[in-house]
Amino acid sequence: MEHEIAISVSGVTKTYSEGSSATTALNGVDLAVRRGELTMMMGPSGSGKTTLLSIMGCILRPTSGTVQVSGRDVTTLNERQMPAIRLRHMGFIFQGFNLFPTLTAGENVELSLQLKGTSGADGNKEARRLMELVGLGEKYDQYPRNLSGGQQQRVAVARAVAGSPEVILADEPTAALDSHSGRSVLELLQSLAHGQQRAVVVVTHDNRILDFADRMVRMEDGMITQS
Amino acid sequence: MPPLARRNLFHDKIRLMVTLNGIVFAVVLIVVQLGLFFGFTTSTKGVLDHSQADLWITARNTPYVDVAVSFNERKYYQVLATPGVAAAQKYIVRWSQWKGQDGHTESVEVVGVDPDKAMGLPWNIVEGDVSQLKQPHAVMVDEIYKQKLGVHKVGEWFEVRDYRVKVVGFTRGIRAFTTAPYVFTTFKNAQDLCMFDVDKTNFVLVKAAPGADLKKLQAELQRRLPDNDIYTTREFAQKTSNYWMFTTGAGISVLMGAALGLVVGLVVVTQTIYATTLDHIREFGTLKAMGAPNSFVYRVIITQAAIAAVMGYSLALVVTFFVTHGGSSAGAPIMVTWRLLVAMFFVTVGMCITAGLVSIKKVMGLDPAMVFRG
Ligand SMILES: Nc1ncnc2c1ncn2[C@@H]1O[C@H](COP(=O)(O)OP(=O)(O)OP(=O)(O)O)[C@@H](O)[C@H]1O
Ligand SMILES: [Mg+2]
Repeated sequence: MEHEIAISVSGVTKTYSEGSSATTALNGVDLAVRRGELTMMMGPSGSGKTTLLSIMGCILRPTSGTVQVSGRDVTTLNERQMPAIRLRHMGFIFQGFNLFPTLTAGENVELSLQLKGTSGADGNKEARRLMELVGLGEKYDQYPRNLSGGQQQRVAVARAVAGSPEVILADEPTAALDSHSGRSVLELLQSLAHGQQRAVVVVTHDNRILDFADRMVRMEDGMITQS
Repeated sequence: MPPLARRNLFHDKIRLMVTLNGIVFAVVLIVVQLGLFFGFTTSTKGVLDHSQADLWITARNTPYVDVAVSFNERKYYQVLATPGVAAAQKYIVRWSQWKGQDGHTESVEVVGVDPDKAMGLPWNIVEGDVSQLKQPHAVMVDEIYKQKLGVHKVGEWFEVRDYRVKVVGFTRGIRAFTTAPYVFTTFKNAQDLCMFDVDKTNFVLVKAAPGADLKKLQAELQRRLPDNDIYTTREFAQKTSNYWMFTTGAGISVLMGAALGLVVGLVVVTQTIYATTLDHIREFGTLKAMGAPNSFVYRVIITQAAIAAVMGYSLALVVTFFVTHGGSSAGAPIMVTWRLLVAMFFVTVGMCITAGLVSIKKVMGLDPAMVFRG
């Protein structure tokens, strides 16, 4: 099956300027990530991985270059339109899980669904299905603080995949997990790529999970050295 | 919908307590101060509001009801002869001196009425009746002032300016704005008690004929009595309460108390809602990163503020009930009306939402890229 391109960036640079000093975090990056693939990004600290992920996720604007999401140029969109692109096309997973601590695991997923337009009984039903999908159907009513790190990250996966975005972007999703939990999270992400034809991008330092990659992108000094 | 706003608000119970305290303090302070304002305002013009008259005729340039200069009662007959006048009567309000049985004196405000007529009579009579004022030397006072005047029961004798008076009845709740209680008596007695010449009055109250044009009648009376002022009851009541509330500073001071309550409430609620927002700032960042529209984020904060407002307001109602009850029995005329309470609800919600705006501003400036930083 032909792998459809979900996000492509071309000629992207990013310069952070703070007062008089400026840091070039990305220096001419071209990359296309495809649906059905788990793309892993590695590279030394400060090489620009998070910056690139943020730009692909439409959280950050490039200083120059273009970004296309599902074939649409999003570089020219305004501040109002960017969140709508994220909501529709992206699911995010963070190193620190970032669950809402005052909501139960299931409610965290429901909230994400609600933002995407599914609420009420439909939202509840879909949230339960997603919690089953990540193997935590039993934990629906638990608060995040009562779940292990691995379980919290799986709730985060359920939340990210709510509303069926075609892209899942994860920054160091296993850094806070033991190796077993880390692998089970990656198994989930892999099944989302292979089973549901999503584009999954994982930024990582974690050598224990490299074998899940369909494709490996290496970065150094704001440039891609291998892809 | 997952109850994010409610959960965040209730998450930190101590902070919620502080928030509610701030709201309760503000609401109670504002209601009590405004209640005092309305209570004072009402007490300055009690005899006007209850006069049943349409027009008040006073000496020229009378600033308020308590200091009217007397004028010749001939004018009374001129008024009676004016077309459009259904009834008129002479009326006195004048300060005088009361002497208790133990010899101590009190300022009082003597009100001279005609017990056979309809206008200017004492109201809320709880003991005796108006016709008993026709007995020689009869007066009525309010039961609030029994102690102050040294009165225990009907039938007791006192002195007003060397004239003997006998208490024949009591009213309930006719509060004077000044420290001088009202003493109702007949017009004739009042002339004596206030040292009026026999042909002098200090007001003429007018009832317009049914269907008469009040403005026209007022103008006609003014034309016939060029040396007097003619007010509608409402105008004269307004003039009187404005004098007491704004010229003396009494009104300003209670209004400032109310403003203070609003400021304190705003500050406390702004701070606690802001602190709650800061506690959950990472979640707001996550929401923004996920692509939640700003309107959603605002709604969370506004809902928090609104829930706090409703809870705080409800608690404040209970506290206000006890405070006004205590205050009224201690002699403070706190007048809490339904209208005031309804208006206060909106003030509370407005205050809390304003407090939420600072938090909204903070969240608006949040960079969603923060979520990937440690
Ligand atoms: N908001 C910012 N302001 C200024 N400089 C920044 C900012 N974010 C990142 N940088 C700089 O940009 C460069 C790339 O940072 P980035 O976070 O993308 O690297 P990374 O590969 O994700 O590193 P790590 O593995 O440590 O997470 C670094 O030199 C970093 O200091
Ligand atoms: Mg990084």
